Amino acid sequence: MKLLQLPPAELRQRLAGHGVWLRTGPFSLRVQSSLPSVAQGLVDLYGQFETRDASHAFADFHVELNPPNPLRRWFRPQVDFSYDGSLPFKPLPLDQAYPMLEWGLNWCVSMHAHQYLIIHAAVVEKNGLAAILPAPPGSGKSTLTAGLVLSGWRLLSDELTLIDRLSGQIHPLPRPVSLKNQSIDVIRAFSPSAFINRASHDTAKGTVAHMRPPTESVRRQHEAARPGWVIFPKWTAQAHTQLTPRSKAQTFMFLAQNAFNYSHLGAEGFRVGTALIERVGCYDFEYSQLEEAVAAFDRLAEQHAAV
Amino acid sequence: MPLFSPAGSTRPKDHVSATLRNPGRVRQFSMADWDLLIRQARSAGLLARVRHVLDQHDLVSGIPNEARWHFDSAATLADKQQLAVRWEISQIRQALAKLAIPVIVLKGGAYVVAGLPAAAGRLFNDIDILVPRAQLGPVEAALMLAGWNATGLSDYDQRYYRRWMHEIPPMQHLKRATVIDVHHAILPDTARYHPDSGKLRSSAVAVEGMPGIYVLSTEDRILHSATHLFHDGELPHGLRDLTDLDLLFRDAADSPHFWLRLTARADELQLGRSLFYALRYLHYFLDTPIPDSVFTALRTAAPNRLTRGLMDAIFTRALAPAHASCADALTPAARLAAFVRAHWLRMPIHLLVPHLFHKAFIRSTPDSDVPKPA
Repeated sequence: MKLLQLPPAELRQRLAGHGVWLRTGPFSLRVQSSLPSVAQGLVDLYGQFETRDASHAFADFHVELNPPNPLRRWFRPQVDFSYDGSLPFKPLPLDQAYPMLEWGLNWCVSMHAHQYLIIHAAVVEKNGLAAILPAPPGSGKSTLTAGLVLSGWRLLSDELTLIDRLSGQIHPLPRPVSLKNQSIDVIRAFSPSAFINRASHDTAKGTVAHMRPPTESVRRQHEAARPGWVIFPKWTAQAHTQLTPRSKAQTFMFLAQNAFNYSHLGAEGFRVGTALIERVGCYDFEYSQLEEAVAAFDRLAEQHAAV
Repeated sequence: MPLFSPAGSTRPKDHVSATLRNPGRVRQFSMADWDLLIRQARSAGLLARVRHVLDQHDLVSGIPNEARWHFDSAATLADKQQLAVRWEISQIRQALAKLAIPVIVLKGGAYVVAGLPAAAGRLFNDIDILVPRAQLGPVEAALMLAGWNATGLSDYDQRYYRRWMHEIPPMQHLKRATVIDVHHAILPDTARYHPDSGKLRSSAVAVEGMPGIYVLSTEDRILHSATHLFHDGELPHGLRDLTDLDLLFRDAADSPHFWLRLTARADELQLGRSLFYALRYLHYFLDTPIPDSVFTALRTAAPNRLTRGLMDAIFTRALAPAHASCADALTPAARLAAFVRAHWLRMPIHLLVPHLFHKAFIRSTPDSDVPKPA
């Protein structure tokens, strides 16, 4: 059944008890938390995802979000992310419980799922081809990703590009899209119908909120995509929309440095990375207007479809 | 056979050691069993080793698809680490070549370079080497020149290591972030027992193809692993170290007079008590085949009944996977007791009390990820 079919009271009860089981892309999760903000985040953003009774089901990642110390309930309350009993992070202020779940889940995948070469990049798909968008923070990657998936592109992931080591295909992990600071308002203005959850302020990344993934992307979350392009987006005020080819060798080096597990995979990482680079077009992409950026991406997808 | 049959409460809950004892049991596994096995094995650092054992019994194809990637992924990491360990040891060899001293690789690194079954599916935290005490200064200097640096320990930890420990503070490579522990003995100077490092060095065996690199002899290697396990305060990988020992024993047991040589050497190095405990808990967790005569030979090294009972209560819990599903109400107390006991063995009371006080109440290096002395 889908999570939205679960009455919110039942969801809260499960979450505080055995936990809520969810499937996101290739991974299953069991999330346990006594916090109402975590329950609300799941209700708001994970409605389309499959859920099961957690008490007997297998789960890849067992995570908990709970206050570390009940005595601090009123004085600067905090939240801990626990990965099956271990605490990979320092506690955060309670207001950041929901984003901490998302960051923690990214950590779970990037630390363990070595059946993929995992690149720190957003990835979206249209007409069967995926565009990988690696970029340093602040480059407008998430804004562009949100804009594209609100305009008919399929969301594969906003943070983790999972490249299957055997097939070279990209596996979707269409979890909520993280939006930071100004991009929250940019996306609200771009698409008033997009659902963006309650923002958490003063996080390490500033103000953070999450956008619900498009229903169609979640429905097709088990459908892998062929890599088509690696595109480095850069938002620059007043810039004209411009797509410029870039060197494959440099692109490869950047991807290797920005992969979570390139060195863990050894020679295999090199093989998967070079096979990827050989089959994609590599571009730099500068933009200032989101509408124009989406149009440029659409043209790229149509050119391919016409071939 | 009360001498090697501890009564314990963790064995029924521990899927990892049960699976290592009897891999065929996974044929009857439900998805909930796989869930628990993977979580416990990951906590114990044994996912790759469990996979290796399942593979030896042709059981990998029977792992349900949903669960299989956890094992494969751990095996990927373990394979990469084997390569990395060889590379790292060759780098250490180069860094120390000018000193022309024998460098003895201990524990996991030794299992890899000696090509032992105990290397299979093993995950590594650091590389341990043993060098002559008089050479500690030049060794540290040479490693620093080659890019290894003292880790960011507090002044207290630095002093503690250099004054009391049998090793210098862990050194981490600036670029590769790999960690080396440089030892000059296998137990601290302040410990109850003083195995003579000179004796260990004189029976060390050269590693083929790696001039200057040595490993301990078969018996010494086992005794060192056992001693390390039962003198280490924190046991996050207790079961992994125990499975190392299990593999070392099974590999060595076929050679003629192995058990005689082992017990004689244990006696000579004052390590009979550690060997006794190792065998006792190997029997409990992993059903390692051990001849009765060995326990008879170790009778004088064995603790009295009361101590045995207490140690059983501690180690049947503290050596189980560090996962909530393996714990009972006494597990936290058992882990604390193992910690205090290890320190008790390693230093006299007038040093121990201030040290534990410092560790308990003074936060030295907050939230650092670097290894700390136990």
